[in-house]
Amino acid sequence: MNTIVCIKQVPDTEELQKVKIDPQTNTLIREGVPGIINPFDENAIEEALRLKEKKGGNVTVLSMGPSQAEESLRKALAMGVDGAVLLSDRLFAGSDTLATSYTLAMAIKRIGPFDLILLGKQAIDGDTAQVGPGLAEWLNLPQVTYARKIEVNENKIRVERVLEDAFEVVESPLPALVTVTKDINEPRYPSLRGLLRAKAEKIPIWAAEDLPLDKRKIGLEGSPTQVVKIFIPKPPKRGEILSGEISQVVDKLILEIEKRRTI
Amino acid sequence: MRKIKIIIEKCTGCEKCLPSCPFSAIRIENKKVRILDNCNLCGACIDACPFRAIVLEKEKIRVDLSSYRGVWIFAEQRKGEIMPVTYELLGVGRTLANDLGAELSVFLLGSHMKGKAEEFLNYDLEKIYLIEDPLLNSYRTDLYTQAIVDSVNLKRPEVILMGATSLGRDLAPRVATRLQTGLTADCTGLEIDKKERNLIQTRPALGGNIMARIISPRHRPQIATVRPKVMRRARPGHSKKGEIIEINPTFSQNNEAVKIITLIREEKETVDLQEAEIIVSGGRGLGKPENFSLIRKLADLLGGAVGASRAVVDAGWIQPYHQVGQTGKTVQPKLYIACGISGAIQHQVGMRTSEVIVAINKDPEAPIFNIATYGIVEDLHKFLPILIEKLEKKGKS
Repeated sequence: MNTIVCIKQVPDTEELQKVKIDPQTNTLIREGVPGIINPFDENAIEEALRLKEKKGGNVTVLSMGPSQAEESLRKALAMGVDGAVLLSDRLFAGSDTLATSYTLAMAIKRIGPFDLILLGKQAIDGDTAQVGPGLAEWLNLPQVTYARKIEVNENKIRVERVLEDAFEVVESPLPALVTVTKDINEPRYPSLRGLLRAKAEKIPIWAAEDLPLDKRKIGLEGSPTQVVKIFIPKPPKRGEILSGEISQVVDKLILEIEKRRTI
Repeated sequence: MRKIKIIIEKCTGCEKCLPSCPFSAIRIENKKVRILDNCNLCGACIDACPFRAIVLEKEKIRVDLSSYRGVWIFAEQRKGEIMPVTYELLGVGRTLANDLGAELSVFLLGSHMKGKAEEFLNYDLEKIYLIEDPLLNSYRTDLYTQAIVDSVNLKRPEVILMGATSLGRDLAPRVATRLQTGLTADCTGLEIDKKERNLIQTRPALGGNIMARIISPRHRPQIATVRPKVMRRARPGHSKKGEIIEINPTFSQNNEAVKIITLIREEKETVDLQEAEIIVSGGRGLGKPENFSLIRKLADLLGGAVGASRAVVDAGWIQPYHQVGQTGKTVQPKLYIACGISGAIQHQVGMRTSEVIVAINKDPEAPIFNIATYGIVEDLHKFLPILIEKLEKKGKS
């Protein structure tokens, strides 16, 4: 059971408020905002490790990003994955989800045979949820999104998917690509031994020339979508504060509620 | 001049294309296909390739954008019922089509959907593409992708809108990748740049802290998924000017595909969050998970649904189903009562279009008060019991 987990380094959720826009260049100022593994991707790493514990095989993590994304790969190594690869090159900069999924797909071909590809259901910075299905398309794999449970039987997986108002149980042949929700597991903390090992590990960094890429399909040129403007949403109009004795305020509120209730 | 092109990254050297060529113009070299000079561009090998690694390329690489016209709305159906977001897409789609001076169409996939297709005749639109096959009865990523991509290549719309539902967000990236075109997820605003015929797509990012405006100027169709409950829905009652056009998809049944085994419904929740007219939501201010009983009680009394902030879902106090916000659901009830929710922007994104927002929080600086119609600076543990008691008395009298 060989699994490849694709992860993304994102700004820490708790620190998101600190992200500012440079009014001159219209780009994001992320300085001082620490990077973390996208939380859903941590669930994907955890799931890969659990499947490995049951079925054997190995787990490789793959990330595309600037050189500091290496920290996130080290954390994955500390959690217990067997290997990590960083895709980093200025030529990859400006990739949208199409170019990103293409680049990841080409790297996966270089990594070698696998049974399963896991990702978080989406990244918390972009929130697109597009790289998983896009990657499945480039690799011509069946995809199962929004998983909360994965069972492996022989050459098949049985997956529970979270839909808006129900759960769906599906079966897919392997190899396949699955994206996971946070319900699937509780990611482990790195062990001391893991941390020491991760520190010593050499993480290969692959650039564009290390992969059999079509240069027109990567980075800005390979990205159909263009961000033309970034702005901060308008602050809404402040409403009325109901004040006074609690029971008076309750009465005022009930009056407002009743005006709006449809019976 | 046309040319047969091999997408080398997709070619596995499987040799399945070899027997399909009537001119023996294919050779395998270094585990990759090479097309020889005696190729007459008949295209027989294209269909033989299981990996879609062979394409017929026109000399002009850039897509001729002007050959794409019209706005297509994906009519999402589950068990034969049309999802409400479809009508919201029809609403915004009409405006976009008018601004483009183009036709508005819906496309509907399924089997035995003729009746549903006819219901769309009551809406202000030009065409209804009905793509029927027994295999399309329930959603399957691979078959829906194939049927949509084939129909798009046939009819060439310039804009495609889908609901940003679990289904839409599973399907749209697969379709966009196969069409090698631009896709923008979870849009909250759409307009047309009339001069360039570009779709200007606005969406929140970084948990709603910023908004991004995105275009796909060099590619068609331009595809967007749209958040449910953000756009105003179209109303029926129009002259029946629309026309139903049937498209028959062709599938090579793929036994490698994902199969649906069962659908499990958890029947506990009686009111669907996104359809509820009243929502009572709880956050960290509740103090502990047991206190959600106050929220449930108030929701029951008002005939509403229960919502929650990301913090309490992450803490495991309540099922993720209830989460309102950027990574949860967008809701637009008549009345939204936020109890002990500070109102981080990522939460606001999911509820700020509610008609009336009531916020109960003991911290007067909580950002939720910035968007509340009525703010109540009180400890919810004191306030809610009194509110519940008074409502109960009223109910009895």
